[in-house]
Amino acid sequence: MAVLVDKNTRLIVQGITGREGTFHAKGCAEYGTKVVGGVTPGKGGTTHEGWPVFNTVEEAVKETGANVSVIFVPPPFAADGILEASAAGVPLVICITEGIPVLDMVKTWEFVKGTGTRLIGPNCPGVISPGKAKVGIMPGRIHKEGSVGIVSKSGTLTYEAVYQLTTRGIGQSTAIGIGGDPIIGTTHIDALKLLNEDPETEAIIMIGEIGGSAEEAAAKYIKEHVKKPVVGFIAGQTAPPGRRMGHAGAIISGGEGTAAEKMKAMTEAGITVVKSPAEIGEAMAKVLGKA
Amino acid sequence: MKIHEYQAKEILRKYSVPVPGGEMATTLEQADTAAKSLFGAGNKIVVVKAQIHAGGRGKGGGVKLARTLEEANAASKAILGMQLVTHQTGPAGQKVQRLLIEEGSAIERELYLGLVLDRASAKVVFMASQSGGMEIEEVAHATPELIYKEYIDPAVGFAPYQARKLAFKLGLKPTQINDAVKFMTGLYKAFVETDSTLMEINPFITTKDDKLLALDCKINFDDNAMFRHKDLKELRDLAEEDPLEVEASKFALNYIKLDGTIACMVNGAGLAMATMDIIQYAGGSAANFLDVGGGANQEQIENAFGILLSDPNVKAIFINIFGGILRVDVLAQGVVNAAKKLGVKIPIILRLEGTNVEEGRKILADSGLNFQVGQTMKEAADLAVAAAKGGK
Repeated sequence: MAVLVDKNTRLIVQGITGREGTFHAKGCAEYGTKVVGGVTPGKGGTTHEGWPVFNTVEEAVKETGANVSVIFVPPPFAADGILEASAAGVPLVICITEGIPVLDMVKTWEFVKGTGTRLIGPNCPGVISPGKAKVGIMPGRIHKEGSVGIVSKSGTLTYEAVYQLTTRGIGQSTAIGIGGDPIIGTTHIDALKLLNEDPETEAIIMIGEIGGSAEEAAAKYIKEHVKKPVVGFIAGQTAPPGRRMGHAGAIISGGEGTAAEKMKAMTEAGITVVKSPAEIGEAMAKVLGKA
Repeated sequence: MKIHEYQAKEILRKYSVPVPGGEMATTLEQADTAAKSLFGAGNKIVVVKAQIHAGGRGKGGGVKLARTLEEANAASKAILGMQLVTHQTGPAGQKVQRLLIEEGSAIERELYLGLVLDRASAKVVFMASQSGGMEIEEVAHATPELIYKEYIDPAVGFAPYQARKLAFKLGLKPTQINDAVKFMTGLYKAFVETDSTLMEINPFITTKDDKLLALDCKINFDDNAMFRHKDLKELRDLAEEDPLEVEASKFALNYIKLDGTIACMVNGAGLAMATMDIIQYAGGSAANFLDVGGGANQEQIENAFGILLSDPNVKAIFINIFGGILRVDVLAQGVVNAAKKLGVKIPIILRLEGTNVEEGRKILADSGLNFQVGQTMKEAADLAVAAAKGGK
């Protein structure tokens, strides 16, 4: 099963002729993802690394039957890329781009949420269902097919968690990087819902970070709806207030968004919260009775 | 990006949002000239305000009222150059290098207006409160029902009826409602057109002659949108920022200076935060947050070392890299070269994992330099804490 991406994924890459787009299109294809083409306005009709290039997403979808689009377009144009994919009816759009102006995302999300498109990101590493498909920039080889679902705001911390699982022989169903921006399409709750309903996923790792209150909302959701065991970690327990810690959304402001509040809400929801990022894998092994 | 009050007020003026008249001064002579001209224009009171990038200036002694030119000059002399400590500056405070000399206002009521991005609804929200002059966080905590909110549809914009609703809830007089709508509409326009993430008028005042004024103004811009605002970018005041952070920003390094003794070099913002956390659990404290990014090359690593070593508090360097796209052997070679080139004397502790990790560890071992390698994040953190405490 897994969620979001699998063997049926037919992927187009927006910005395929750029350096990042090319590099990661190849990476996804090497992992086994069916990459069916790309979009670069003005380069339609050409081929790039063997893939057909289209001027518009609409055309690309019509010609290739793509059902997922991944966006590697530079920040000033990325929100427009999301709108285009959504307007073309792509059911799943994954935006990797970091640095999109937040007011662009306010407008874009207002449009996208009213369509049938699911948006992942922006400012995220993408989604991988190990052994099936990878749509994003994560290193495929550290993953192992299995039954732990992961949802995370942070790229490298997700890799960290995956690696801790894989080295303990525990595989993953799907790892979803939801992104570190203040406005994102798929939230912790949305991703948890998917993993909770996925029969292949037996347990869930939820990784959050300071800023906003999405983790508190997710904790409430878990308490009410999720029967599978959840292990959680929050990054930024020692971050000073009022400072943006790398991610645009990682900031404690007006007393909101502290790690302590999030960890408290998660613990109260019955989540196994670890304080150290080194303990994520071990905690999951214990939860699964494999320690 | 933060800007000063006087800069924020200049922006408001462009959008026809009324603010008190005044001038910025960096010297006592300029302050004297500005105060003279305000008293000369018939003002009974002149206000001398410290311009720093932090709130709570009044309580810290950074705002003074003057009834005569002598008083104004005495206030300027006291404030300019002072180390102003507020709840937002930290105990060391911030040196005042600019003043705003402003006409005094006959305040009738002190209210609050704010525009901020609301993450949960993914919309801009307009907030208003009758409790002006107070920290809005305190009001939000104690009496959240007394903060009135209007969520703004990005396609429609801030509608006049929403402004009227807020104006009536603030208890403004019927004769003030039209002015209030103009005031708030101007604010929203300024917010959107400058790509702000925060705009606060605190206090938003009514005067004894029924006028509305932005007595103070705080604006933060979206760093990610500054590529389309060359003019606003020039408002950045480097004197208000930590010198090491300014230096790091020249190399596009994501660096934040902290108070601890263990410098960190990490790839990825989440892992960088988590590294600070694990250092604390090991009994130490991080000297900084530093995300070198996923594509760090040797030059970036050298730049990063340069920044980390310029911090006199640093006793050890902890490099925590998870090589995904970034190969560990490339990173290790970069670290060795940079350490040799810069002659790094303090202990370097590494925790490397990911692509080509064995090759990377071999490069470190063969380098002849004194690296300590932790097999796990926890082990490396313990090593770093021991080294910083003077092990060697």
